[in-house]
Amino acid sequence: MYSYIIRRLISAVVLLLIVSAVTFGIFFLLPKLAGQTTDQLAQQYIGKAPTPADIAAVKKNLGLDKPVFEQYWDFLKGIFVGVDYKFGPEAAKCHVPCFGYSFKTHIEVWPEIQSRLPVTLSLAAGAAVLWVVSGVATGVLSALRPGSVFDRMAMTVALAGVSLPMFFTGALALALFTYQWPIFERSDYVPLMEDPFLWARTLVLPWVTLAFLYSALYARLTRAGMLETLSEDYIRTARAKGLREGKVVVRHGLRAALTPIITVFGMDLGLLLGGALITEQVFSLKGVGAFAVEAINANDLPNILGVTLLAAFFIVLCNLVVDVLYAAVDPRVRLS
Amino acid sequence: MTDSSEDTKGTAAAAPEKAAQPAAFLDVRDLKVHFPTDDGVVKSVDGLTFSLEKGKTLGIVGESGSGKSVTSLAVMGLHRAARQQRSKVTMSGEIWLDGKELVSADPDEVRRLRGREMAMIFQDPLSALHPFYSVGTQIVEAYRVHHAVDKKTARKRAVEMLDRVGIPQPDKRVDDHPHQFSGGMRQRAMIAMALVNNPELLIADEPTTALDVTVQAQILDLIRDLQKEFGSAVIIITHDLGVVAELADDLLVMYGGRCVERGPAEKVFSAPQHPYTWGLLGSMPRIDRDQTDRLIPVKGSPPSLINVPSGCAFNPRCPYADVPEDNLTRTVRPELREVGGGHFSACHLPQEERERIWTEEIAPKL
Ligand SMILES: Nc1ncnc2c1ncn2[C@@H]1O[C@H](COP(=O)(O)OP(=O)(O)OP(=O)(O)O)[C@@H](O)[C@H]1O
Ligand code: SF4
Ligand SMILES: [Mg+2]
Repeated sequence: MYSYIIRRLISAVVLLLIVSAVTFGIFFLLPKLAGQTTDQLAQQYIGKAPTPADIAAVKKNLGLDKPVFEQYWDFLKGIFVGVDYKFGPEAAKCHVPCFGYSFKTHIEVWPEIQSRLPVTLSLAAGAAVLWVVSGVATGVLSALRPGSVFDRMAMTVALAGVSLPMFFTGALALALFTYQWPIFERSDYVPLMEDPFLWARTLVLPWVTLAFLYSALYARLTRAGMLETLSEDYIRTARAKGLREGKVVVRHGLRAALTPIITVFGMDLGLLLGGALITEQVFSLKGVGAFAVEAINANDLPNILGVTLLAAFFIVLCNLVVDVLYAAVDPRVRLS
Repeated sequence: MTDSSEDTKGTAAAAPEKAAQPAAFLDVRDLKVHFPTDDGVVKSVDGLTFSLEKGKTLGIVGESGSGKSVTSLAVMGLHRAARQQRSKVTMSGEIWLDGKELVSADPDEVRRLRGREMAMIFQDPLSALHPFYSVGTQIVEAYRVHHAVDKKTARKRAVEMLDRVGIPQPDKRVDDHPHQFSGGMRQRAMIAMALVNNPELLIADEPTTALDVTVQAQILDLIRDLQKEFGSAVIIITHDLGVVAELADDLLVMYGGRCVERGPAEKVFSAPQHPYTWGLLGSMPRIDRDQTDRLIPVKGSPPSLINVPSGCAFNPRCPYADVPEDNLTRTVRPELREVGGGHFSACHLPQEERERIWTEEIAPKL
């Protein structure tokens, strides 16, 4: 088991390096493809009327005139040990992990992202709990009575959940429960530690809307998986032991149907942690997703690069966790 | 009825079917198992009667699709174990196990007998064992369903059973997962799991079909030894007559969901009374003959179970279908008739004719 985890860990690190290299490469090339010169790039860091000396200084400080490999190397170094920049007489320290400075605000990228993380984490975690519980439960119940009234109703709702866009369900939720019946007033994010009640109240609507979309997917996935595993030979064996049907379904059926769900869950959660773009927009939450949208609108390359790498990190991390969970659930995995 | 320790037998004796209550340990009467499907009703078992005493072995043979597994699952109550299955099957007839009638019994009552009074081992032990749980966990579970003991006691019992079925180092292998076992060991583990509660009826549905030839004999020996030791009734299901030749006391030949011949094994083997049994014997590999002239397979394909051929279901494939007069074979369904000594056959051929065909035409070619 440990050697398996270590192997997965190493491949995750390698994957992250590759992803960061590719991302960096793209972001290095993009301005060039758009016809921007290094001077113009450097100019973005300075105010309105730059002198050629300023530009040269920035270029030197940020290493913008170095070859791409060196720049990537400096970038990696910045993430792990930080960077000291010298702007003329004054020095600036870009702290670990250093993703550079925003073009626009000239603030360090990472602290800005960091301040947005709790919003996104709260949103994703709360919604994930909701959708896993409701989706899996609905799927199991549907699979136990395929064709029943419950099954058909649940699957119709699930179809709606899968097909209705977030813009619509989110706006509808807002219209109903914030404006029509102001049960969940509109308010800014409140940290969990500050006021757990307010924290939850601000997040209920986005949680539910997001969970509706996902639990629909999970209900369908669970139902299909359960129908498959419930026809397996080992289910018959479990019944032949005289086990109660409830135990047969949960301990033998669901346990086996869970593996594909874990995989999908890892991907979904990983993606979501990189920012729930639409949900954050609809509910005006200032999370990582909103940050990404701002960065893209402002064409703020360092910020875009920062969130992109963060998103990649979360996806790789979640996949690593999935791999380990997978091995814990299915003993055949860790031995092959 | 006053003695509460005998309550199960007591209730059965007081049941209204008292007159019908059978003497045999397992008594199946006119069992029908039908599956309504979109294409029509599949009559997988259509009027099956047999009985079995404790300590005896019944072999059920027949080609693929003849209803052997459906019969055994019916005895185990596994067609109706889950609520969602119940609308998909209709069952009638009687299954008496130790004085209790199971077809009309509440499914939950049958569940409590399952694993304790009757147990089953399946054809493919790899798919019949749960891939995610260790062998020990699965045996422990089987034991604890029917015994209120802690995990440690149950585990000791599991190790004991694994030892008994011949798994080396049982205290270590108990924590292995099924995929770490060889095919033969998996089937041994299945047997250990089935016997963990000392069931009085063991049903083995093709227990050796998925195994290597060398392992097959070992598993059959094991089943025989265990039966001697536990004195349980055993049903062995197979399409290979060789498997039951040495093991079975009684033999039941199934064709198209019905019994075409049944009786004491030595009688059925030495003087079979049904053309289908002749075919089965003809297709049975024998070591003492040359491969080429020995195999006389039954020609044609198994009958449809939705539109069963009228008359004798075997008539489209039977070389003697035209021998009985008045086209009897294609119009009237032959009933099981005793040919002597508990030996029954369902065929319109006159008995002397059957005996003549067997001794003159069939036996010399085998
Ligand atoms: N749940 C079901 N619904 C519909 N038809 C079924 C069902 N279960 C079994 N059957 C049909 O009943 C027939 C008998 O099946 P059964 O499994 O008893 O055959 P068998 O004698 O065990 O054959 P084999 O040697 O292949 O195991 C088959 O034609 C099968 O398709
Ligand atoms: S009844 Fe006719 S068809 Fe059926 S087995 Fe006997 S001879 Fe053959
Ligand atoms: Mg079968």
